[in-house]
Amino acid sequence: MIAETWDIILLRDSTTRTVVAGTALLGLASGVIGTFAVLRRRSLVGDAVAHASLPGVCVAFFVVGDRHFPSLLIGALVFGLLGAGCIAAIREWTRIKEDAAIGLVLGTFFGLGIVLSGVIQRMPGGNRAGLDGFLFGKAASMVSSDAWTIGGTAAGTVALVALLFKEFRLLCFDREYAASSGIPVLWMDLLLLALVTTCTVAGLPAAGVVMVAALLIIPASAARFWTENLTVMTVIAGFFGVASAVVGTMVSATVIGPAGAFSRGLPTGPCITLAATAFFLLSMVFAPRRGVVADVWRLFSLRRELALQRPLRRVLRVDSPPETEA
Amino acid sequence: MTPAVMAMHGWRIHALTGDDAWTIATAACAAVACAVLGCFLVLRRMSMLGDAISHAILPGIVAAFIITSSRGVLPMLVGATVVGVLTAVFSRAIHRWGRIPEDAALGVVFTSLFALGVMMIAWVPRDVDLDPGCVLYGLLEFVSLDRVVVLGVEVPRALTWLAGTLLVVVGVVWAGYKELKVVSFDPGLAASLGISVALVHYVFLGMVAATTVVSFEAVGSILVIVMLIAPAAAAHLLTDRLAAMIWISVALAVSSSVVGYVLALWVDTSAAGMISVVSGGQFAAAMLLAPRHGLVSKALGRAALAFRISREDVLGILYRWHERRGRGDPGAPPTTREISRAIGGAVLTQLAVRSLRSRGLAQSDSGGLRLTEDGLRAASGIVRSHRLWETFLAQRLGLPVDHLHEPSHRVEHFITEDLQRSLHRDLGTATDPHGSEIPRSASSSSSPSSSPSSSPASDPRPGGVG
Repeated sequence: MIAETWDIILLRDSTTRTVVAGTALLGLASGVIGTFAVLRRRSLVGDAVAHASLPGVCVAFFVVGDRHFPSLLIGALVFGLLGAGCIAAIREWTRIKEDAAIGLVLGTFFGLGIVLSGVIQRMPGGNRAGLDGFLFGKAASMVSSDAWTIGGTAAGTVALVALLFKEFRLLCFDREYAASSGIPVLWMDLLLLALVTTCTVAGLPAAGVVMVAALLIIPASAARFWTENLTVMTVIAGFFGVASAVVGTMVSATVIGPAGAFSRGLPTGPCITLAATAFFLLSMVFAPRRGVVADVWRLFSLRRELALQRPLRRVLRVDSPPETEA
Repeated sequence: MTPAVMAMHGWRIHALTGDDAWTIATAACAAVACAVLGCFLVLRRMSMLGDAISHAILPGIVAAFIITSSRGVLPMLVGATVVGVLTAVFSRAIHRWGRIPEDAALGVVFTSLFALGVMMIAWVPRDVDLDPGCVLYGLLEFVSLDRVVVLGVEVPRALTWLAGTLLVVVGVVWAGYKELKVVSFDPGLAASLGISVALVHYVFLGMVAATTVVSFEAVGSILVIVMLIAPAAAAHLLTDRLAAMIWISVALAVSSSVVGYVLALWVDTSAAGMISVVSGGQFAAAMLLAPRHGLVSKALGRAALAFRISREDVLGILYRWHERRGRGDPGAPPTTREISRAIGGAVLTQLAVRSLRSRGLAQSDSGGLRLTEDGLRAASGIVRSHRLWETFLAQRLGLPVDHLHEPSHRVEHFITEDLQRSLHRDLGTATDPHGSEIPRSASSSSSPSSSPSSSPASDPRPGGVG
C-alpha cells in the first residue's frame, strides 16, 4: 500500500505518468484560457458548456455503440459548441440576459442528457458506468491513449492562445479599440468561446461535468490577486492550474475513501477542485498588495500614522496663532 | 439511487395511476415555488445564484446527514439554508475584497463547496443511500413510495414539505410584493422610501435557498435550476408586467411538470430530466413565437418596415420625375429596373411597385411608371418631409449642402404630419437648400380620402432605422 503510494507520487508507473502529464497539460490550458474567460466575464459559460456536453456523450454512445473514448469526446464537443451557440443566440436576439441564458442552456441540455442516459440504461447491454465517469471525473480509469488525446488538445489550445495573445488582450480590455485596429472582434469572441468549450470538454473525463468549470475559474481568480499584468497573470494562472491538476490527480489516485460511495479512490474532480480552492485561499490571504493580510496591514499602518499625526497636529494648533488656522 | 434499482422495482408503468398523480403534484409544487421566486431572480440578473446555491448546499445537506444520521428534512433544511445564504455572502466578500468579477467569485465559491460536499459523501457509511448522482437527478420516481398520513389521507412526505414551502413562498411574496418589486427594479428608490434593501435581499435569498433545498431531494439540483429560470424567462418574453409574468410562469411550471412526467413515462426515462427538457422547450417556443419579443414577430416587423420604406422610396423617385416633367424636362418615365437600381433590393422593389399599382397609386406609362392623382398626393408627403428635414439640417445645424441628402433620405420615413407642420412653421420657407420647392401639406391641399397606410406622413410609428 505504502509502496504503491510512493510509486504513484514518484511517477514510477508509466500509465500514472501519462495520466498525470495529461491532466497537468489540461490544468495549464484551463488556467490560461480561464484567465481570459474570467476577465471577459465569461466564467460561468464553462460551467454551462460542461453540462451541455452530456447529451453529446450519450448521442455519441448511441451512434458508435460503445464507449470509444475519442467519439464520446467529439460528441461532447459538438453539443458543448451547440450550447455555447445557444447562449450567444439568446443573449443577442432576445431581452433575456446572459446569466439567465447560461442557466437555461445548462439545465435544459443537462436534462436532455439525463433523459438520454436513462434510455441508454434500458438498452440491452447498455450500461451507464462509463458515462457516470463523465459526471464526477475518474482520471484513474483513463488509459494512456486517452491521456494523450486530452494532453494534445490542451497543448494545442495553449499554443493558439500564445499565438493570439495580443488580440485576446485587446478583446478583454478594450473591445472598441480592438475593433478599430482591425481585429475581427466577433470572430475572436467566438474563438475564445470555442477554446473555452474545447478545454472544458477535454477536462470532462478527468474532472467531470460539475467541476471542470472550477479548473477554468479558480486558478485564474487566484492569479488575479498576485498581479496587475495580464502576461504575468496568465503565467501564474497556468501554474496554479498545473499544480491543482497534479495534486488533485495524485490525491485521488492514492487516498482511498473509507468505505465511500466510490469504490476505487476518491473522485478526481472534487480533489482537483479542492486543491485549486486551497491555492485560491492562500492567494486571497497572503498575496502581496491585494491579499487580506496585506490589506489589514495597510489599514493598521494607516491607523498608526494617523494616531501619530493627531498629537502633532494638536501641538501645531497650540503653537500657531488662531487666525492662520482657517 | 441508481437506475438499476429502479429496474428491480419494476418501473415500467404506462398508464397514469394514483401514485403518478401524487408525483406530478409534488413536481408541480416544487416547480411553482421555484417559478415565483425565479421571476425575481431573472429580473434582478441573479439567475446563476439559483445554480450556485443548488450546488453549494450539498455540504450543508451532507453535514446535517452525518450529524443526525438520518434523512430528516428539517436538519437538512437548516444546514442547506445556512450554506446557501453563506454562498451569497462569500461570493460577495470575494468580489469586494479581491475585486474579482462577480460571476467568477460565484463560480469559485459554489464549485468549491460542491466539491467539498462530494468529498464528504465519500466519507458517509456506505449502507445509507446518498449518491452524488441522485443529487443531480433527484428521486422523483420514488416520491410516492414514502408516505405520511395528513388529515386521513396518505400523501407523499415530500409533497407535504413542498406544499408548506409553496405556501410560505406565496405568502411572503404576496405580503411583501410591493417591497420586493421596488427593491428588484430600483434599489435606490427602495432605500429612499425607507425600505430595508438588505433585509428584503436576505429574506429573498433565504427563501431561494430553502425552496432549493426542499425541492432538491424530490427533483434534483438540475431541475431546480431549470424551474428557477426557464418559466420566468419564458414569461418575461410574453409580458411586460410583473404580476402577469408571475402568473404565466406558474402556468408554464405546472404544465411542464405534467407534460414532462407523462412523456417520461412514455419514453421510460428520468422524469426530472424530461421535465427540464419540456420546460426548456417552452422557453424556445416563447423565444420564437412570443407576440412582441419573439424572433418571428420581430422579423415580420422588420420585413414590414423594409417594405413600407421601399414603397415610399419608389413614390419619392416617381414624384421627382413628375416634377422634372412639370418643369418641361421631357424624359421617359422610370422603369422598375431603373428604380430598383436607384434604391437597391430588386425583389423588394418589385413587390413595392406591385403593391403601389394594386392600390391605384401608380400605373404603367410608355414602358415605365407614373403616379396617379392619389399617388401624387401620397408622394408629396414623403418628398415634403425629405425637403423639410434638409432645410432644417442646413438652417439650424449648418450642414453643408452636399451632406443633406443622406440623413434626410433615412429620416423622411419617420417624420409625422404634426412634425412636418411644426418644421414648416418654424423654418418658414417654401424651397429647400437645393432650390427645389417643398410640396404643400397633403391634407390641406386635397381631400383626406387618400389611404392612410400609404401616406407616410400619417403613420405615427417611430422606427428603428438609424
